[in-house]
Amino acid sequence: MSQIKFTKDHEWIRVEGDTGVVGITDYAQHALGDIVFVELPEVGREITQGNEAAVVESVKAASEVYAPVDGEVTGFNEALVDEPAQVNADAEGSGWFFKVRIANPAQLDGLMDKAAYQTYLEGLA
Amino acid sequence: MSDPTETLAITPLNALHRELGGKLVPFAGYEMPVQYPAGILKEHTHTRTRAGLFDVSHMGQVRLRGPGVAAALEALVPGDIQGIGLGRIRYTLFLNAKGGILDDLMVTNAGDHLFLVVNAGCKHADIAHLRRELPPSITVDYLEDRALLALQGPAAAAVLARFIPMAANMPFMSYAEAEFLGIPVLLTRSGYTGEDGYEISVSNDQAESLARRLLAEPEVEPIGLGARDSLRLEAGLSLYGHEIDETTTPVEANLVWTLGKRRRAEGGFPGYDIIRNQLDTGVSRRRVGIRPEGKAPARDGTEIIEGSGRKIGIITSGGFGPTVNGPVAMGYVETAFAPPGTLIALLIRGKAHPARVVGLPFVKQNYYRG
Repeated sequence: MSQIKFTKDHEWIRVEGDTGVVGITDYAQHALGDIVFVELPEVGREITQGNEAAVVESVKAASEVYAPVDGEVTGFNEALVDEPAQVNADAEGSGWFFKVRIANPAQLDGLMDKAAYQTYLEGLA
Repeated sequence: MSDPTETLAITPLNALHRELGGKLVPFAGYEMPVQYPAGILKEHTHTRTRAGLFDVSHMGQVRLRGPGVAAALEALVPGDIQGIGLGRIRYTLFLNAKGGILDDLMVTNAGDHLFLVVNAGCKHADIAHLRRELPPSITVDYLEDRALLALQGPAAAAVLARFIPMAANMPFMSYAEAEFLGIPVLLTRSGYTGEDGYEISVSNDQAESLARRLLAEPEVEPIGLGARDSLRLEAGLSLYGHEIDETTTPVEANLVWTLGKRRRAEGGFPGYDIIRNQLDTGVSRRRVGIRPEGKAPARDGTEIIEGSGRKIGIITSGGFGPTVNGPVAMGYVETAFAPPGTLIALLIRGKAHPARVVGLPFVKQNYYRG
């Protein structure tokens, strides 16, 4: 059974054992508009919660994607390199960005679950 | 960043933008649609293949009238204003004493007056400049009661000709007064997309009904400012505040073609000595087109470097070109690096990305020459 957590910066992380799959939320892809480029972290890179881990660019602007937890990058979504629009089409599924080996599972407790994220979004409206 | 407490002006099409689902953002003091639900990519491609309708009512429309008005305006701009034929338009520049560019503008010879269209962000300064610098015998009317729509794309002429048959035969950069289903309009065959098309000046109270009528045509979709920017970038057209500003001269900005032949010889415009000298002895930097060789877009402000890592210039506009299907940019480089084909590098997020200087435009311009 996997669990999905969300950040205030609109990343999601799906926890599968000691690994997390990370992407941006549907709300984020919608706010960004047509995505034309993603820059993904190389395998082996150590990322730190709250720091830049990837970049996503729409026609208009570049935005940073922050690491939801500390850890080591174990893979990234190669399909996005040639088809960044996949993020618009399925942000919380096939539009995932990278995988991370979670160094400190306790950090997950500080993130929002789906219901809390929904409430957070309603507060932004 | 924009101050959320500032009061934004709206155009006569504001309610229509909302009804169409436009995403409204602050731009040059106005609340303007950056995109509609279709999104920037589709809006861009639609304009290149069919026809797009843009609200550009934030731009300034000005009427100059008085004895010798063309000669009087020549004191402020380097273009051959006296040489503009009746019903013809010329692109020119307001210059400062250093030859720097205060704004770029369109000037129409409308017979008994000149009709100017200036940038939204500069219009109040431009109007003050005109009132201060032109002789008192010239009246400067800011046409605040008029909206401006742009209909752009390969189908624009066929669409507009259904309402105004003569529109189809207007050459690029010409002007006509006409009626659209009984609505008086000032029509120019011009635009900012690289495509064939028109700008349509109409009184504020009739702008929405004109826009609705055009949007009812099957080829026409509403297009926001996001696609307007990517279209003009691919067309190699300068944007004030990016490629051109008070610190860039027409020679540096690769706008020498705007200097009238007679004006180049005779002078009589601000900054003439500096510009004449630049024409004779060259400039240290030039505006160029740039194609990154990878996929990463290089945004405004990106440093341009040479092999050794030395900074040789800066990107002034850059992003993803939907028609090019890749990143495109414009910027300034040291003159030695300006020839097309020159290999340069762009410093994006601390990493050097290879790129080449290329000729402009990125996408072939598609103007109607008659």
